[in-house]
Amino acid sequence: MKYKKEIKKAFEVSIPVMMGYSVLGFAFGLLLLSFDYDWYLAPLMSLFIYAGALQFVAISFFNVKAGFVDIAIASFFVNIRQSFYGLSLLKRFKKTGKLKPYLIFGLTDETYALLTTIKDDEQLKKRWYYFFLTAFNQSYWFIGSTLGAIVGTNIKFDTAGLEFSLTALFVVLCIEQYKNLQNITPFVIGLIASLFSLIFIPSDKMLIVSIIIALIMMFTFRKKIEND
Amino acid sequence: MTNYEIYIAIAVMTIVNIITRAFPFLFFRKNELPSYISFIEKFFPAIIMTILIVYSVKDVDFSLFPYGLKELGAIAFTAILHIILKNYLVSIFAGTIFYMFLVQYL
Repeated sequence: MKYKKEIKKAFEVSIPVMMGYSVLGFAFGLLLLSFDYDWYLAPLMSLFIYAGALQFVAISFFNVKAGFVDIAIASFFVNIRQSFYGLSLLKRFKKTGKLKPYLIFGLTDETYALLTTIKDDEQLKKRWYYFFLTAFNQSYWFIGSTLGAIVGTNIKFDTAGLEFSLTALFVVLCIEQYKNLQNITPFVIGLIASLFSLIFIPSDKMLIVSIIIALIMMFTFRKKIEND
Repeated sequence: MTNYEIYIAIAVMTIVNIITRAFPFLFFRKNELPSYISFIEKFFPAIIMTILIVYSVKDVDFSLFPYGLKELGAIAFTAILHIILKNYLVSIFAGTIFYMFLVQYL
């Protein structure tokens, strides 16, 4: 196989996401079916929309027969945080050529977290490694949501707590980020911003408010951060 | 919604989602990036990772018993394991199993 090394590394790195996405995707498929929508909408949405939070919100759009303009505006605010992700990847994606559109399309929280944290292996053809990592992650979401929509209602097993694998992934990547940076200030800023939003902001707006507060703090303390 | 309306809704969400993800790539095409972009590039991942940890436990009610201690305990367990063993698969698997045990049996 031509890109065996890249596929192997991408698969290894993506395993924690597999645990999280398959369960959350399954939950999504199950929820969609519980409102009597056609099962194939689950794979369709996971293939084209591919944004976890937005897909869950989409079910309520369908239920309340929301207008398309309302849907567009609401979707924009659910996903606006993703606009900041690309800023850390401009350089990295520069030489990815024809794969670039898919890499950008597949930029979820988790894929972004892995791409910016796991050290690049010099041996690998990076753009293909990025591609397989992104595609593996989407396939877990796709397969999970499809299974949830097809077999979900007939299967009973206790996966309670398995979604913690994504929290655990972020914890581990946070530690790895600290090893790279050796600078505690960005983590303190992230913690202050997110705890503030957790307490004072409704949970559907928490993420974007946290990011805005963090960006303001980041530029306020720019000198301190860069000199640490 | 009818199925036809749902297809349009899916198309709308797909387009908006792509726009939010593609935004920086469309607006920063020059070779020399402004210094504030390099600043964000370097430090934003650390910030967002911290925010995502807190975000992922947002639905926990910290005012009710056991006050989010299961989540905090599992986060601490995962972190300590990772600092000691430095193997991220082991940390994530063991942390998740530890958390599943806490929510299913306690």
